[in-house]
Amino acid sequence: MSNILVILESRDGALRPVSLETLGAARQLADARGSQVLAVATEQGTYDAAALGAAGADKVLVADATAHSADGAAATTARVAKEQNCNLVMAASTVRGRDLGARVAALMGGGLAADCIAMDFADAASPTFTRPVYAGKAELKVRLANGVGVATLRGNFFAPAGRSSEAAVENIAAEAGKAHVSGISAQSSGRPDVAEANRVVAGGRGLGSADNWHMLESLADALGAGLGASRAVVDAGWRPHSEQVGQTGKTVAPELYFACGISGAIQHLAGMRGSKVIVAINKDADAPIFQHATFGIVGDVHEVLPALTEALAAVPS
Amino acid sequence: MDIISFVKRVPTTTTIVSIKDQQLDPQGVEYVMNPYDEFAVEEALKLRDEAGSGSVLAVSLSDGAAQKELRTALAMGADEALLLNNAEAGNIDCMTTARALADSIQGRNFDLLLFGKQAVDRDQHGVGPAVATILGVPCITEVVKLTVEGDKVIAEREVEGARETLEASLPCAITCQKGLNEPRRASLKGIMAAKKKPLETREVELAGPSMEIVEMALPPKRPAGRMVGEGAAAVPALIDALRGEAKVL
Ligand SMILES: Cc1cc2nc3c(=O)[nH]c(=O)nc-3n(C[C@H](O)[C@H](O)[C@H](O)COP(=O)(O)OP(=O)(O)OC[C@H]3O[C@@H](n4cnc5c(N)ncnc54)[C@H](O)[C@@H]3O)c2cc1C
Ligand SMILES: Nc1ncnc2c1ncn2[C@@H]1O[C@H](COP(=O)(O)O)[C@@H](O)[C@H]1O
Repeated sequence: MSNILVILESRDGALRPVSLETLGAARQLADARGSQVLAVATEQGTYDAAALGAAGADKVLVADATAHSADGAAATTARVAKEQNCNLVMAASTVRGRDLGARVAALMGGGLAADCIAMDFADAASPTFTRPVYAGKAELKVRLANGVGVATLRGNFFAPAGRSSEAAVENIAAEAGKAHVSGISAQSSGRPDVAEANRVVAGGRGLGSADNWHMLESLADALGAGLGASRAVVDAGWRPHSEQVGQTGKTVAPELYFACGISGAIQHLAGMRGSKVIVAINKDADAPIFQHATFGIVGDVHEVLPALTEALAAVPS
Repeated sequence: MDIISFVKRVPTTTTIVSIKDQQLDPQGVEYVMNPYDEFAVEEALKLRDEAGSGSVLAVSLSDGAAQKELRTALAMGADEALLLNNAEAGNIDCMTTARALADSIQGRNFDLLLFGKQAVDRDQHGVGPAVATILGVPCITEVVKLTVEGDKVIAEREVEGARETLEASLPCAITCQKGLNEPRRASLKGIMAAKKKPLETREVELAGPSMEIVEMALPPKRPAGRMVGEGAAAVPALIDALRGEAKVL
């Protein structure tokens, strides 16, 4: 049966963890098909044969492109898919992954199952993907026509395979692109990005002002968490849009989400309802966020957050 | 500068979803221009006006109802509108949409194609880069800052944990992210003027679907949560719950 091709994403030469999750999902499906998992890296970098093999790859093809170019990367991926008999391409549902996914689907003449959170491969030739729609207010189960096309997978929903086997790593030629990345500046907070973090501490208008954010930063650092914000806070200019969680911000699904001084508007819930454990801290016992929280504390953030940070410092991790 | 701006009609973000026949039950649902498409229309108008010449065409594919959203684009300041009609358009995948949109503008001159980064109904993030790929023009997605100098395009976008600057040349496609601009509201004068602007309606064929919907369902309910207490005094109980019960610490 036909092979599966995974697009690897890296930054500054280092592989993004979410690519390992995608490899794990592809491995499960390939095992059900009795076929192979190939991976294509469209940027130069360090590709560790043991780590990639362990996550699920049989073979890794590294293209010799220097700067990232989405159309170039898509052309390279579509060429490899054809050469290596892959009718299904998988990528992480990141900014770059979403971009590449749509282009590769177009080049393959296939479909696009975007931002999937589950996969059912009872029919391994044409698996069924579950994807949230209407900002998570409903879910679609979809199938690519003839099993041909691209699936992008949301972070934190799939796991690397954990095998003990090494991938073969080969170099291939890259296709040229028309648009390319000419500069990249990393955000230097040292905290994980809210969309990728396994734990998120998010604040809303209830924090009172931008100056109060040090309370959230201390809590985030005690937890190793990323920072999130409601739109009210972003619109007020207290925090950058890159931290906004919700329907018109980022969709997150961490293991642990703290909603501090956030009321729980439907558009905010849309971005975080997939979190495994939700903690809400709000001074209004009737705030809608409590209806969606796993654990709630009714109280003033000025009082609860410092106490929480202090108590966490005493918890052995 | 000749710009084509793509506009989708979508349910408002406060819509309560109920399901009928494996689709959103349209009963009581209010529709608007996709919020990200407002950024696209705004950017189109700004660039046209800066260039001092050219036109903005707004295009929408729908089951006929997107007249209203196209009129909104015209009222904001677009010059003309094209409504692509197909009874099935409400329930097709983004690659089928992309093929139909690309077909409809084949042969038409443009400098820029502007899309929203995603339509907030099916959340696919696919149509912009797919149309660009089909037409063979470069595309930059999820743009928060756009500069056009001559035929050079410089755009910025936020990727997870970093900000990228990208370059391409015209003709080019852009998908618009929040932060790019502040969309204007249509003025009364704009709304009056829109009534006289050209809005062409065209029946279109759709290619066979590239994705099949097996089922639409409401998401599984979260298990009921509980209050652990009030104020700072509740902190120990919360930590116990996170460690013992939820096992996340
Ligand atoms: C098209 C559209 C898209 C949108 N997209 C998004 C989106 O992506 N993300 C998003 O978040 N919103 C989005 N919104 C906005 C959303 O509707 C809400 O307005 C917003 O989420 C409210 O933010 P908030 O909870 O911080 O503020 P508020 O609703 O003002 O809530 C503040 C909360 O803080 C509590 N509080 C106040 N003081 C304290 C204190 N000292 N201690 C503890 N608690 C306190 C209050 O009880 C209240 O519950 C969108 C809206 C629209 C129309
Ligand atoms: N039916 C449609 N008619 C016009 N434009 C559309 C349509 N569907 C999607 N688009 C455009 O493509 C963008 C991304 O949509 P999607 O890929 O569905 O998330 C939207 O913001 C619109 O600009």
